[in-house]
Amino acid sequence: MIAFIARRLLGTFVLLLIMSFVIYALIGLMPGDPIDIAINADPNMTPEDAKRLKAIYGLDQPIVSRYLAWLSSALQGDFLFSRLHNQPVFDVIMPHLWRTILLMTISFVLATAIAIPLGVWAAARPRTWADYTVNLFCFAGKSMPAFWLGLLLILLFAVQLRAFPASGFETVGDGSVGDVLWHLFLPVLALTLLNIAGITRFMRGEMIGVLRQDFIRTARAKGLSNRGVLYGHALRNAMIPIITILALEFGGLFSGALITEIVFGYPGMGKLIFDAILGSDFNLAQAVLLFTTLVTLLANLGADVTYAAVDPRISYS
Amino acid sequence: MTGVEPTLADDALPEVVAGQRLTRRDIRRLKWRRFRSHRLALASAVVLVILILLCLSAPLVEWILGMDPSRVDLDRLREGPSADHPLGTDELGRDVLLRLLYGGRVSLLVGFSAAGMAAVIGTLIGLLAGYYGGWFDSMLMRFTDGVIALPLLPLLIVLSAIDLQALGVSADLAESPAISVWRIVVIISLVSWTGVARLVRGATLSIREREFVRAAAAMGASGKRIMFVHILPNVTTPIIVATTLSIGSVILFESVLSFLGLGIQPPLPSWGNMLTYAQELMATAPQLMVWPGLLIFIIVIAFNFFGDGLQDALDPRAMSD
Repeated sequence: MIAFIARRLLGTFVLLLIMSFVIYALIGLMPGDPIDIAINADPNMTPEDAKRLKAIYGLDQPIVSRYLAWLSSALQGDFLFSRLHNQPVFDVIMPHLWRTILLMTISFVLATAIAIPLGVWAAARPRTWADYTVNLFCFAGKSMPAFWLGLLLILLFAVQLRAFPASGFETVGDGSVGDVLWHLFLPVLALTLLNIAGITRFMRGEMIGVLRQDFIRTARAKGLSNRGVLYGHALRNAMIPIITILALEFGGLFSGALITEIVFGYPGMGKLIFDAILGSDFNLAQAVLLFTTLVTLLANLGADVTYAAVDPRISYS
Repeated sequence: MTGVEPTLADDALPEVVAGQRLTRRDIRRLKWRRFRSHRLALASAVVLVILILLCLSAPLVEWILGMDPSRVDLDRLREGPSADHPLGTDELGRDVLLRLLYGGRVSLLVGFSAAGMAAVIGTLIGLLAGYYGGWFDSMLMRFTDGVIALPLLPLLIVLSAIDLQALGVSADLAESPAISVWRIVVIISLVSWTGVARLVRGATLSIREREFVRAAAAMGASGKRIMFVHILPNVTTPIIVATTLSIGSVILFESVLSFLGLGIQPPLPSWGNMLTYAQELMATAPQLMVWPGLLIFIIVIAFNFFGDGLQDALDPRAMSD
């Protein structure tokens, strides 16, 4: 088990290292490096000036040596300075990270708490109207453009009903728990709806598969109540793959919340990524993208490890 | 796993007797029956055909209405439906109906091309990995796993923000609206090939061991010939199903990137970029955000149901309920 985790951790680390270079190279291809910005700001700049500036910023160096310089400072815990925020990158990330975790955790817990019983409920009555309705809802969630759902919720709750704020994290000068929850309502609603659809879909499918197996018939023949069969026998077995999917979904939420954060102007990691890329804040973009990649990779690793740990039939090979 | 409609029961084909040899025609009929029994898939197919025909007929509608979808009319901003603008006008006084139809052409073009290109990449990688096996296989599959594990949306945003001029594309070309279509196709297909690759690799691994492949190898067929003439025709069904199922998510990716201003560039309309300013216009012209979003939703859900029905009909083994 330990060896299995260690091997997978090593693989994750290698992939992260490769991705850090890929991201660095891609960001280097984006418009608006410090020289472009300086040239735009000062029309009198000569090509010689630009060249000198390039040397000051180290942009005349080949990409690999620039990357190695970034890597060595990153490994020492220094992610350089954010141009947009005028703060060290690390200090910019922290508050955004907490806000995203807050948003994600609330909607993930809500979605899981609703989706698992809903999936079981639908699977227990296959080919009824209840089942069709649940499945239709799952398909609708999978096909719904997240940004449009956000726009619809804003239109209904913020513009028409004026019940909830359309954007932001808190009212300036307030920031009490109630105020934050009030602001969280719409983004949480949007994310939760989409997550319920995704998780229910898997839950229903798994349950239908498990309910068809022989040991379920045995349990029923034994005279166990329907409830006992569903929750005692079937759910326990269906939960094994579901745990994996939940871990994956949680990692995916990190980039999945991106659209919701942008539409609702929620100052979390997703919005930070977007603003950093559009605002040519290369240091920030590099760090945030890498961090998001790390979280997604760790969620994948977590999914594999829990899968192996929960199911005794799986060996750590 | 996902069939909304009950799957075919054993008695659904009364004329087929157990053990009877099925002709090609019987099989085709059986598949059609299975597809038809998935009523939502059938309805989706009809919806898709209508939407595709409508979008293809955009120039005809343009001719009938006698209007240009890009003509700005500052006297008639954000109007409701009227005789000469059946769905009203947008924030620049352009005809909404025509822009929806032309936008649909872009969304469909991107959907089909990116899903197709992803299928080609995935098939090549899957065939090579499955056929050659060994370290080559594990290297390609590690790579595939790596791509699957990446956060796709942030990556797509970075890829769409890349300055094509830095890659040596001329400035005129890099900023033309047409190139925004093709770059989105390339970007989306670069992250969408993994499912097909895994599928094709798995199928290739098992087909490689079958007698007819061994016979072909014994007769001296080259690796290329075995892969493309003997193995590929036997994996087309799952490829078609997986590709159809992926069109929906491709269209969603395109619409979200265009919504963020990173995809299809104006003045070329797309359903995503028609919603870019929806938020600012929400108080004054909420009707403008209805149609583009609704059409994205309808076309994506139709592709998903259609793909689901196709899977039930063509590839029943992949089905779990």
